[in-house]
Amino acid sequence: MDDMTYLLAFIAVGTLATFATRVIPFAFFSRHSEHPLIQHLGRFLPAAVMSLLVVIFLLRSGHWSAPVLGADALVPSLIVVGLHLWRRNALLSIIAGTACYMAIQQAGLS
Amino acid sequence: MTDRSVFKLTLPILFGYIPLGMAFGVLFVTQLDYPWWGATLMSLAIYAGAGQILAVSLLAAHAGLLEVFVALFVLNARHLFYGLSLLGRFRGARWRKGYLIFGLTDETYSLLTSRDRTGDTAAEQRRDVLITLYNQSYWVIGSTLGAWSGRAVSFDSTGIEFALVALFIVLTIEQYKVLGQMLPIWIGAAAAGLSLALLPADQQLIGAVVLATLTLLTHYRFHRPAETTGSQERSHG
Repeated sequence: MDDMTYLLAFIAVGTLATFATRVIPFAFFSRHSEHPLIQHLGRFLPAAVMSLLVVIFLLRSGHWSAPVLGADALVPSLIVVGLHLWRRNALLSIIAGTACYMAIQQAGLS
Repeated sequence: MTDRSVFKLTLPILFGYIPLGMAFGVLFVTQLDYPWWGATLMSLAIYAGAGQILAVSLLAAHAGLLEVFVALFVLNARHLFYGLSLLGRFRGARWRKGYLIFGLTDETYSLLTSRDRTGDTAAEQRRDVLITLYNQSYWVIGSTLGAWSGRAVSFDSTGIEFALVALFIVLTIEQYKVLGQMLPIWIGAAAAGLSLALLPADQQLIGAVVLATLTLLTHYRFHRPAETTGSQERSHG
């Protein structure tokens, strides 16, 4: 297999594998969408997934050894939480938190 | 909700996907000997952030195609659970359904499950498609720019990918406001804590999603009697 064929075959296989993870629940459970168990997951799973994404990505965004102890990620996060509870403007909260994080990282404070 | 406000909803994803897509594009052209459009094609067809970055190292190692399939399937396995909570929402979307399912990244899932909805299912599904399309176009544009510019990127965007963390924080707060209860949020956080403590980095995300789903299934068993009597806020847990 020459390089170009390999690249195209690789992309085709990668596409198939990724799409499979997304389509399988729809292919196998579509008929059960009214089932109370599925409804229960539909109601609560998004909130659980959102918070687990926060915890995992937050831990990966900060430096957790002394003396920083994660402050480089926690301070911007608290800004996001505080601003969002106060103004409830998603874009404002996100831009302010991100700018703060970028400033800390680029100033080498972490 | 107008088309303009749909676009505004996706702005945080724009800030996240352009730099991350660029990072992928730069990685692709600097690590591999393939032409730039390989990066664009991957973002059009595969469309999975972490998956594509892993794909660069698999391509560099000239991995076998079966190995590629298994690696990407396992890495993206959390999407299996996302679909479970969207079965009803995509119902009857006909041709749109295929694209909605194809485009179900972490970030798109977050937006689609958190946003306000009217009772007009068809119109809401059209907006879902628009959101998915905007998000993917940011990713494709970012990857292409990265692949073109290679190492020559001059703007110091270090840290801009925090936009996605900030987005997840905002959406968690929004989820709380919709549900009016903290329990699912604690379940997610605890699941993440446990899997961070117990699992290697590449299995933490899927481990946490599986744990949270199992916990919610247990929660359902204790919750159900309350729901059938119509007072689901009464706690049984």
